[in-house]
Amino acid sequence: MSEIDKVRKDLVIIGGGPAGLAAGIAAREAGVEDLVILEREDEAGGILRQCIHNGFGLHRYGEELTGPEYAARDIAKAEELGLDVRCGTTVLSVDGEKRVTAVSKKDGLQVYEAGAVILAMGCRERPRGALGTPGTRCAGIYTAGAAQKFVNMEGLMPGRRVVILGSGDIGLIMARRMTLQGAKVLACVELMPYSSGLNRNIVQCLEDYGIPLYLSHTVTEVRGRERLEGVTVQQVDAARKPIPGTEINFDCDTLLLSVGLIPENELSQRMGVALSPVTSGAVVDDTLQTSVPGVFACGNVLHVHDLVDFVSDESFRAGKAAAAYLRGEKAEGLTVAVLDGDGVRGVVPQRLHPDGDVTLMFRPAGVVRNAAVTVKSGGRELARKRQMIFTPGEMVALTVKKEQLAGVTDDITVSLEVSGK
Amino acid sequence: MSERIITCINCPMGCRMTVTQDETGAVVSVTGNTCKRGDTYARQEVTAPVRMVTAVVKVEGSGVPVSVKTREPIPKAEIPACMAALRSLRPRAPIRAGEVVLADVCGTGVDVIATRSVG
Repeated sequence: MSEIDKVRKDLVIIGGGPAGLAAGIAAREAGVEDLVILEREDEAGGILRQCIHNGFGLHRYGEELTGPEYAARDIAKAEELGLDVRCGTTVLSVDGEKRVTAVSKKDGLQVYEAGAVILAMGCRERPRGALGTPGTRCAGIYTAGAAQKFVNMEGLMPGRRVVILGSGDIGLIMARRMTLQGAKVLACVELMPYSSGLNRNIVQCLEDYGIPLYLSHTVTEVRGRERLEGVTVQQVDAARKPIPGTEINFDCDTLLLSVGLIPENELSQRMGVALSPVTSGAVVDDTLQTSVPGVFACGNVLHVHDLVDFVSDESFRAGKAAAAYLRGEKAEGLTVAVLDGDGVRGVVPQRLHPDGDVTLMFRPAGVVRNAAVTVKSGGRELARKRQMIFTPGEMVALTVKKEQLAGVTDDITVSLEVSGK
Repeated sequence: MSERIITCINCPMGCRMTVTQDETGAVVSVTGNTCKRGDTYARQEVTAPVRMVTAVVKVEGSGVPVSVKTREPIPKAEIPACMAALRSLRPRAPIRAGEVVLADVCGTGVDVIATRSVG
């Protein structure tokens, strides 16, 4: 077997969705000439390509774009900067020495020896297997994102009578899409007592079309031999156990699952990047550097975001940080841990250097009204931000200033405190 | 007098607002909102609700459909007619993003434009 040519690259970015594109743009603008973006699909743009609804870009551009329009702006910028975006290229592995092995139809097997790597692979939907729903293994059960791809990219309808399990935004958006394309959506079923989707989507995707939302309910049986014929939905108690006698039967040929997203970290894990059990993404410092020096992570592979605007923002920071790393400006000195306190889940970054402004992001553990985020270290309150409501469906971002971090040597804890305490 | 319950979409609070209208449809009062934005939204929603419509349209000479949007929100009541008009539409490839695929949809004065390029 012949030796494969190794190509030396300053920066290899894995993934050409909104995260990878923004990271590439920022790295080039920060002076990194020798970089490549590797994208598995035939076109850049990632999941935005199939998100044809509008509402993207309000924070970044002050206007509401559709997914393809948002992606097109980054793709145009990447072209203008002459970025090397290699589509149809699947990364097979990355090792601890930052050797990236990839394969494409056009160029065959490729090995890049990278000075720095940015992980921007996005996330995956939780599949049926992760739910343990009893019943037959018939056709007609799809993740909401798979159905979205069929309808919006291929122009195909997965079914005619639909029940949706999970009320995340993709499920809500698909309730409307399927209805507008002529299907009958019978119900949207949510295990939790609240929806993790935006109010706007509950109103405009369900209420506008008279689709009932069953909170504290779940699918307890799936029926059908070849094709799905129906599902049973049951109310659940506080421990999320089905309550006997509350069964509702729906005759349907399609069940869509919108039951959560998980960062896609197979590559990261195999190269030895430490992952957080809370976010399922990499453990990073304030420069978005992982436990492997020179390897950075951003976007949904780091933690699942609600808004692409924040993915882009985070990825610009990762691109800049990788450029600084390549210039030899290593983040040094003391780092302190950032810990989840009461009511807080999955703060990113998990470690920081207390010598500059740092943006902390996390999800509230539950719905809390009239509360404040507090950032404390060694008994001292560094920052506080009040909000009328916190919900798990909306990620919270809080920037702590350099001056507020000055002198910090102990662990930092981020908590939600209800007013009056 | 009639009452309608409206869920506000402006922020995660999702205030449940009660809108009271007189016989002519004029808004008499809005209650249950926390801020001014809720009041404005509730009045718009009961008198002249509008929505953006996004969809995909099959393309002559292309295996993939083109994604489209109304350039502006259209009256909510026109959504079914708008979708019916889009279903029978067969624009020919190539189509560039931003191109008008259907002018003045259902007499709303709003154009439907492509949001991606096909072909």
